[in-house]
Amino acid sequence: MALLRRRRASRAKPITSPATLSASFERRSFVVGAVQGGVGLLLAGRMTYLSVFESEKYTLESESNRVNLSLIPPRRGWILDRNGAPLASNKADFRVDIIPDRMRDPKAELATLAPLLGLDADKLRDLHDKIDANHGFQPIEVASGLNYEQFAAVSVRLPDLPGVVPQRGFSRFYPTGPAVGHLIGFVGPANAEEYQKDRNPILITPGYKIGKDGIEKQFEQRLRGVPGARRVEVTATGRMVRDLATREDVQGDPVQLTIDGPLQDYAARRLGLESGSVVVIDCQTGDLLCMASMPSFDPNSFSDGIGRVEYSMLSQDERVPLRNKVLKGLYPPGSTVKPMVAMSFLEAGLDPNAATSCAGGLRVGNRVFHCWNRRGHGHVDMAKGIYQSCDVYFYHFAQQIGMDTIAAMARRCGMGQEFPLPVLSQFYGTVPDPAWKLKKYGQEWQAYDTVNATIGQGYMLANPLQLAVMAGRLATGKKLMPRLQLNPDEPNPASMNFHGDHVQVIQNAMSDVVNGPGTAGRARLPIDDVLMAGKTGTAQVVGLNISSGKGGIWKYRDHGLFIFFAPFDNPRYAGAVVIEHGGGSGAAYPIARDVMTFMFDPQKGLEALYALEKQWGGTAQERLTARYAAFAAAAGQNIGPAPRREEDVFARVDAESRAAQTRPQPLETGAVAPPPEPVANTVPPNADQAIPVPSPGPSPLPSPAPFPEPR
Amino acid sequence: MNSVVPAPVARQPWAMLAPLILLTLFGSAVLFSAAGGNLQPFALSHLVRFAIFLTMASVMTLFSREFVRLFAYPAYAVILLLLVGVEALGFVGGGSQRWINLGPIVLQPSELMKPAVVLALARFYGDLPSGMVPTWRSLVPAGVMIGVPMLLVLAQPDLGTALAIGFGGAIVMFLAGLPLKWFGGAAAAGAALAPLAFFFGLKPYQQRRVFTFLDPESDPLGDGYHITQSKIAIGSGGITGKGFNEGSQSHLNYLPEPHTDFVFATMAEEWGLIGGLFVLLAFFLILRWGWKVALASEDRFSRLLAGGMVATVFFYVAINLMMVMGLAPVVGIPLPFMSHGGSSMMTNMICLGTLMMIHRWNVRSGRRGLS
Repeated sequence: MALLRRRRASRAKPITSPATLSASFERRSFVVGAVQGGVGLLLAGRMTYLSVFESEKYTLESESNRVNLSLIPPRRGWILDRNGAPLASNKADFRVDIIPDRMRDPKAELATLAPLLGLDADKLRDLHDKIDANHGFQPIEVASGLNYEQFAAVSVRLPDLPGVVPQRGFSRFYPTGPAVGHLIGFVGPANAEEYQKDRNPILITPGYKIGKDGIEKQFEQRLRGVPGARRVEVTATGRMVRDLATREDVQGDPVQLTIDGPLQDYAARRLGLESGSVVVIDCQTGDLLCMASMPSFDPNSFSDGIGRVEYSMLSQDERVPLRNKVLKGLYPPGSTVKPMVAMSFLEAGLDPNAATSCAGGLRVGNRVFHCWNRRGHGHVDMAKGIYQSCDVYFYHFAQQIGMDTIAAMARRCGMGQEFPLPVLSQFYGTVPDPAWKLKKYGQEWQAYDTVNATIGQGYMLANPLQLAVMAGRLATGKKLMPRLQLNPDEPNPASMNFHGDHVQVIQNAMSDVVNGPGTAGRARLPIDDVLMAGKTGTAQVVGLNISSGKGGIWKYRDHGLFIFFAPFDNPRYAGAVVIEHGGGSGAAYPIARDVMTFMFDPQKGLEALYALEKQWGGTAQERLTARYAAFAAAAGQNIGPAPRREEDVFARVDAESRAAQTRPQPLETGAVAPPPEPVANTVPPNADQAIPVPSPGPSPLPSPAPFPEPR
Repeated sequence: MNSVVPAPVARQPWAMLAPLILLTLFGSAVLFSAAGGNLQPFALSHLVRFAIFLTMASVMTLFSREFVRLFAYPAYAVILLLLVGVEALGFVGGGSQRWINLGPIVLQPSELMKPAVVLALARFYGDLPSGMVPTWRSLVPAGVMIGVPMLLVLAQPDLGTALAIGFGGAIVMFLAGLPLKWFGGAAAAGAALAPLAFFFGLKPYQQRRVFTFLDPESDPLGDGYHITQSKIAIGSGGITGKGFNEGSQSHLNYLPEPHTDFVFATMAEEWGLIGGLFVLLAFFLILRWGWKVALASEDRFSRLLAGGMVATVFFYVAINLMMVMGLAPVVGIPLPFMSHGGSSMMTNMICLGTLMMIHRWNVRSGRRGLS
């Protein structure tokens, strides 16, 4: 109103006098004062809003500024053997990780770290690979197992090394190294996919590792434990002011396996230079006492990150150190199926004394199927058929009994079966029968198919674990189920319901293989009151037209197999040994003998091992280290990087063996001639031999057995 | 006034002095905390400076009106010359320069220009015949008197101080009774030119500050950091605060400039809403007393001088608090009597000293003083 009036007045009479100016000052000062008061009220209102209505939000933000929560990685649960000794434990150490996201100049910082931590050029290149490939938030291990001086040297330079995290922690330790590599697996930092699956912040905490293979992966949740936490007050620049609270971590629960640690280690070392596996199971419970597979990798060094040299060495090795041969090696079982086949005969009503005459071959229809011993075995009953591994005996009676009966018994004994074990995967092979062949090839079962199957050749494939289970079930007449995790309630295996004294018949025949006039006299235990029973097997890999299977190119040599149990009349342990390309069963049963010797008399077993290791050049661990050094020196710079994902490490090897398993096997068109079986204490041709007989007719006589050594 | 209190003491303007002294003491308590619980380096020097400048203000009250009128234009001219000198030094030295180092004291002429502009304009309008007020002859000289120092300060560059000079001058012109339509026109022209000025006149860092003000969460670790951390400090204080010396935002360095521009946030974190309202109340009492002095004075020169001084102090308080509470972009303007720093303390005490001086003139002239 006042302003309007004034404006009208000035338009009409534009006189400005000191009086009007004074009035104007009073009005306007009131306006300015009012506006100022308004601003004051606005500020008071804003202040109230911030400190009352938004107080909760800002209090939280202030706390999250002030308090830095850092996780303490939990100590991983131990993996114990059946006696409580650690197969995998934790070792306190100093370590250094880097978090690429937080680094200013990764290259320069690594160059600073290299001399402090003693990193060589290979290791540096591996680290650069990882920095390039990883997501930046993932911690990368630079070095672990450091001594205090190295740790301190890095710590004092920290202001110049953003993103470098030195810490005290625990690293996984596998006391027996390569001996448990395939079984236990190893640990490593979680990769991006694993973090996406399980958004647990502990996974991206520097120094934290999860199980990557084997038992470590299978029991990951149980082994993991609960992370501790440390609340620290920090300044804006990240300097710690004081500890507010610390919650200790809770160690993961241990996992106790049925494995007997010393036995596992012994068997792995006893495999020596060979590529193979040893399985031992307890005949009362089915406990897996040993699942050794060699050559192997050292899980200790894998857990530090897989280096390019190491990966290159392992992946190029034709003995596939990256494959767990116990579960993923599939082999024609060879003559080791004969006790099982004999049991199927017995159960089908065949008298064990029923005999046939072996003249070195058997004519079926217009074909002649050879025995491995071309001179023939003469009069052969069931026991002799087993201990002399006479093929003609089995040809003869298998024709009478039929393949369906044999195949059913094979499955009852565990062949072709997948066992409920806490393992990542197992390949379970093939038990062929007429229905299977019709389905797979659309062809009728032929007499030669039965002939091949009864001597464990042809389509038949099994893994060493199945062979060990078969040995155990035949030896005890109980339906042993292999188990890997020890728990207090001992399983009570059901009976296989074999009739009469059939189990004893097989036990005695298999004892004679070793202790009587059989094919494996050298396998006799050097312990007076324990008699081991067994059965040799030699599985042919390529036709005799390519190689004799005894020597020459390694990968053309025959596989050597041996199944066993001891003591023969009251079995306590059963097992199987498979040596890839060992050149025959002679490569397998000495190992079984020494492993069983170790079970009953560790001292004697170790003496035998020490003598051998002296020839081989050290323990498995020492040889692996030496090979690594030699390989690294030879390979120099031209090595591709290791796979980024740990899964890829095994993927190729697994894919190859899976392909081998499912490869459309060429349709067998004839009988496989059995490979020679070494027979220790009888006349020479001490070997079965498998010679594919493309057409019936005379085939060349096999060369004399390679292991003619009498006991 | 009762007779127990001696007259020279009772004569003082306690309505303003009491809140001022309490506010300054409170400010030094906050600075004590900002220094991590130490008198040094902030709190003690804050108190010492206050004592010195309060003495200076007391001396100022002795000046007569005629002396101040005489002094107005020469003071303005000297300070303008100093500003030019600073520019020249800065040009020679290469880079931004705001100070002149005169041996023991460091002089910031742009600070002194704030009261000087008000003084010169009050003199100008006080002398201007009332008939000329609505004509161009009242506008152009005043515009030049405001515009030249503003441009010089902008060139430093110091946007906050330039705006403070402009604000003080504009308020004096408004109070002097210039036609309202000029202000309306200026506001309209300003609104039209603001976008141009924003895009061509401001430096990139200043533009960024404005954007950040509009959306502080867009860059909480960069330019929005100041505002965000300041709001966290104020908000986390709640009603009663975290307690003296317990502010984590300031003590752990999350809050930038906890002892100068963001001293209010430091205070609010530890004293909460209660402390904040106390500060606002103190400023309210001081400024209200200033307006009363202005209205009580009898001549035009004194009125305009007093009104301009109140406006200058108000500008500091309002802009600083709005910035700290996230209502204005970040401009480097301290909070009077609480922020640590000699220049702003001096400017504000000159403003208050001038008001005390006018208060004394009013009392002398026999008109009713305001207690």
